[in-house]
This record gives sequence, C-alpha cells and structure tokens, in this order.
Amino acid sequence: MSDIMVDIQHLSFSRGQNLIYDDMCMQVHRGKVTAIMGPSGIGKTTLLKLIGGQLKPDSGHILFDGQDIPALSRADLYQARKKMSMLFQSGALFTEMSVFDNVAFPIREHTRLPESLIRLIVLMKLEAVGLRGARDLMPAELSGGMARRAALARAIALDPELIMYDEPFAGQDPISMGVIVRLIKELNNALGLTSIVVSHDVTEVMSIADYVYVVAEKKVIGHGTPAQLRQDKSELVQQFLQGEADGAVPFHYRAEAYEDELMEFAG
Amino acid sequence: MTTRKIEILVGTFIVLAAAAFFMLALKVANAGVSGSGESYVLYAKFDNIGGLKVRSPIKVGGVVVGRVASIDLDRVYYTPVVKMEINSQYSNFPETSSVAILTSGLLGEQYLGLQPGFIDETVEILADGDSVQDTRSAIVLEELIGQFLFNRGN
Amino acid sequence: MITDKLQNLGRDTINNIAGFGRSGIMLFGALVGKPDFRKGFPLFIKQLYVIGVLSLLIIVVSGLFIGMVLALQGYTVLVKFGAEGMLGPLVALSLLRELGPVVTALLFAGRAGSALTAEIGLMKATEQLSGMEMMAVDPLRRIIAPRFWAGVVSMPLLALVFNAVGILGGHLIGVDWLGVDAGSYWSTMQANVDLYQDVVNGVIKSIVFAVIVIWIALHKGFDAIPTSEGISRATTQTVVTASLTVLGFDFILTALMFGG
Repeated sequence: MSDIMVDIQHLSFSRGQNLIYDDMCMQVHRGKVTAIMGPSGIGKTTLLKLIGGQLKPDSGHILFDGQDIPALSRADLYQARKKMSMLFQSGALFTEMSVFDNVAFPIREHTRLPESLIRLIVLMKLEAVGLRGARDLMPAELSGGMARRAALARAIALDPELIMYDEPFAGQDPISMGVIVRLIKELNNALGLTSIVVSHDVTEVMSIADYVYVVAEKKVIGHGTPAQLRQDKSELVQQFLQGEADGAVPFHYRAEAYEDELMEFAG
Repeated sequence: MTTRKIEILVGTFIVLAAAAFFMLALKVANAGVSGSGESYVLYAKFDNIGGLKVRSPIKVGGVVVGRVASIDLDRVYYTPVVKMEINSQYSNFPETSSVAILTSGLLGEQYLGLQPGFIDETVEILADGDSVQDTRSAIVLEELIGQFLFNRGN
Repeated sequence: MITDKLQNLGRDTINNIAGFGRSGIMLFGALVGKPDFRKGFPLFIKQLYVIGVLSLLIIVVSGLFIGMVLALQGYTVLVKFGAEGMLGPLVALSLLRELGPVVTALLFAGRAGSALTAEIGLMKATEQLSGMEMMAVDPLRRIIAPRFWAGVVSMPLLALVFNAVGILGGHLIGVDWLGVDAGSYWSTMQANVDLYQDVVNGVIKSIVFAVIVIWIALHKGFDAIPTSEGISRATTQTVVTASLTVLGFDFILTALMFGG
C-alpha cells in the first residue's frame, strides 16, 4: 500500500471562461491531517468536489488510492466513493429525517445489516461526536455546531478511509470551534483516517494539521508542515498567515485604473 | 407508527380510486351490458342515412337490441350500407322485418328502429350476414318542408 | 438592432433545447437501470402519500363543485330545448373527456408540482443532493425515480376520483335540486358514454399529463439555481410551463382521440 492517499498531478480546471486551477500538484499522505488553506473564492470546495468525482478536470490526474478518479466508470466511481466521505459546510443533513436516521442512512443504503446492529453502530458514532442524546431531534432543531457534528457522525458511519472537511470552522462560536478541532484530531488518530481540511481559519488549521498547502492564484504557493510554513519566505504566504489586508494579494478586485473610471463621467 | 398511518392512507386512496373507476365503468358507461355478449350481423341498404352514426342504437319497440357497427357506401349503386350488430339473444327476426331510421324527439339523435314482420311457412328467419330488404330512409327536414309547400301550392 | 434580437432568439432557443436535453438525461438516469424493489418500494409508497393522498382533498372539492356548476349551467341551456334529459351525458362527457384530466393536471401542477420543485430545489441548495452523491447514493435513483413513478400513478387515480365525484355533484344539482328524473340522468348517460372511447381515453390523457407535469416539476427543481430567488422562480416556472404544456397536449390528444 502506498503512503500517498490522494495524489493530484498537473490538475487544470476551469469554470466557463474562468480558469480556477492551472497545472496544480498536491499529495495527501495516509493517516495524516492535510490542510488546504487560501483566501475565499479560490475554489477550495471545487477541489474537494474534484477529488470526489462530482466535477471533472480539464486535464490532469487525481489518484485516489491508486485509482484515477476522473477516468473511472460510473460504477467504479460509486465504489470509490464508499471509501471517502465529505463533511459539507452546511452539514447537508437530510431535513426530513431525524438525526438517528441521518446517521443510519449510509449504513442502510450500503449494507443489509439487521436494524438492531444498525442501532448499535449509529449510537457509537453519535457517542463519538457527543450527540447520543440528540438522536431523536430533527435537523431543524439543531444549532449550527450540533448540525455539523451530526453530519460528522454520518460521514464516519461507514468508516471511510478518507474524510474531507469543507470549511469546518466557518461560522462557529469559539466553543464549538474547539469541539470540532478536537474531533477532527481525535477521529483522525483513533480511526486511522486520512483527513483533508479546507479552511481559511489560520490558527485552528495550524494547530491540527500535519501538513499544509496554501493555495492562491490558481496554484500552490507554499507548502510544508506548520512550522516550516511559518518560516516561508514567500510574501504571499506570510500575508495570508498574518492576515494583512493588502499586500501580494491585492485588496481590490482587478479593475481598470480608478481615475480613468471616474473621469468617464466627468468628461 | 407513522409508516403504518401512511400505508393505510395510501391503501385507502387506491381503494377510493378503484371504486371511482368501477362506478364510471358500470354506472356511467354501463360497460357490463353493452360491451360483452355474443352478437350477429345484419345488413341494410338505405337511400339516405341522415344523421345516423356508428354505435347508434338499434331498437325494437324502444328496447335496445344492438348497435350500428359500421356505415359504408355500396360501390355499385352508391347507396349507404349499414352493418348492424344485434345481440344474439334476439335472433328470431323474420325476413319480412323492416328497419327505419327514426329520430328520438324533435332534436334528438337518430337511431334504427327494427320492426319485426309476420311469419308463415314461406318466410325464413334472418341469419348472420343476411340483409334486411324493407328499409325506410331518414326523413330529411328540408325535403319534408319542400313537399309540404309543393302540396299547398296545389 | 436586428442582429441583437436574432442573437437573443438564438441564445434562448439554444438554452431551451439544452434544458430539454438535460431534463431528458435526468429522467433517463432516474429510470434506466435495474430497480431495487427492497429499497425503492417504501420510498414509492411514501411519495404516493405525499403526492397522491395529500392532493385528494383539493381534487374532491374541485370535482364536486365543477360537477355542480356543469349541471347548473347545462340545465339552464338544455331546458330551453326541453332536452334536460340529456343533462347526464353532458356532465359525464364533459368531465370524462376534458375537465377531469385537464383540471386534475392543472390542480396537480399547482399542488404537487410546485411542492416537488421547491423540495428538490431546496435539497440542492442545502447540498443534500451533493451530499448524497458523495455517500455513493445516486440522487436520481433515490430522489427522482420514486417521485416520478408516484406522480405517474397518482394522477390518473386522482382524475378518476375527480370524475366520479363530479358526476355525483351533477346528480346532486340536476336531480336533487332541479328535478331532472334520476332514471333518465343515469340511463341517458349510460346510453351515451362508452367505456373505451370516453373513460379509458380520459385515463390515457391523464397518464400523459402526469408524465408532463411530474417531469417538468422534477427537472425545474433539479436544474434550479440554488438560491432563494432561483427556487422561487423555478417553482413559478413549474406551474406556468406545466399548465401550458398540459393545455397544448390536451388539444393534440383530443384531436387524435375524438377528432377523426
């Protein structure tokens, strides 16, 4: 078994006229927490969807456990997806089912286990995220943080090998942020998972990640362990880590010269 | 459980729809009587069929005994030929019987009135595929009015 | 500019055809492949409840009133010719051939179609469809297929109920209130209504309309822009497009069934 779980080679992807990734390379090691950071709007969620096979790249390879995801047939892709799991930003819980049924959903879909065994597995997963008491609530009754934890329980229901977190910290209060940071770390170690965390919350990510990629301007601009990254000489990386408003990544969206546009009306 | 309630309601829905279908089929369309049953065929030639249509009823003394199966034009004489399907339980019409195209009410639709004829030793009973010789065509209102005016002129 | 107009026309046409193609691919993906009855059947029953049973009330009430109005209007005209005995066939044929299938389809588009579009649009907006796909469950098979079949089964059943209730409503007004003879109400109806020509053709119409309405509703939801504005627009489009398409197809079907 190779040490690399996900291997992205020379990936290019564009949406309409917009080029989002240009010849990007990235490796995710087995059993590690790999973080992908970058400013908003550079298509981090898109990257996860590319790994999950929901989008097809223009060119390049995405190897998941040795299989090239974009080249897989539909049936093989669905088989590969059983080994991965994704935690969506909104949680994406099924609103018409209770928390229990949500967690039970992938088990019921993919196995023929008896209901008593399913109950046991679901309670175990819910216990792991601390929501065993909330199993009969509907998703609408959960707070944002609880919904994300319930979704996490569902994501680990089938014991996947890879779990992808899409902005797990966005919009959380400090306490639930702390809970989720702890959960990601613990689950990764206890279940032997491989985790990919997409986020722009620098401090949280730096505290849990084993390896960090900083993505901006369509490619990887810096990578390394958190300690290495702090020493990085790139201006862009430092601007992102320090959170400065203007710098190598400009504050302004690209536009024509300000004076010219103002003068259009004056003239 | 909620599933049980849902299943009962869905079952009720299906029963209700089936009941509606049977009501439409039996009470409204009366399919049980007209559609099934053996029948035999008689032909009749008319000079003019007026407003007679396929599936118009054939009545004896007001009782429906069959329906018009088709209406064609004879290629030799260019007169309409009506094919009649008559219920097999009414199979004793003699060859002296007559058919007329009648109208129910002043504005009602047209139907075929079958008038059974007399029977003696020389008269045979009409069998499947025979023709009724004695026919009376539809009354066309314009012709009737024309005749009336002509007679008054005299 | 005339070239701009032409360009707009061309772009709209291309978009419409592309949308039609996408909806075809969606339906194809949902219906092709071996069905899994163990998992699929409970979902189908659930949707039969949501789409069929919950539409029953509006269908029964509308059927009753439309039958009553038909009897009232028909009577006032027929009585001038002394032909009030023909009230039965008037009510029955209007309902069976036209009003039953068409009004049911229009009500169905408003009641169940819009709800389906909104439901699926919201599922898309909240990433539920995407999440399902990542769990290696095909949303087309899991979400679209049971709703499609439940709709195709429910609508003819609803139309039958509508017809039956409407004819009873006509009886209520014509016989019990206006005094048409009950025997002649039913017997003229029986003499003029044909099981295949009228009842079965009405059911066939209804099945065609069901496919149209459900297909449009599901596609609009599946193709909706996942924002609140996009979903509200998709819901409106479902009702408008489905209603107009039903009326158009009704003309074609009527011409084919009763015109020749």
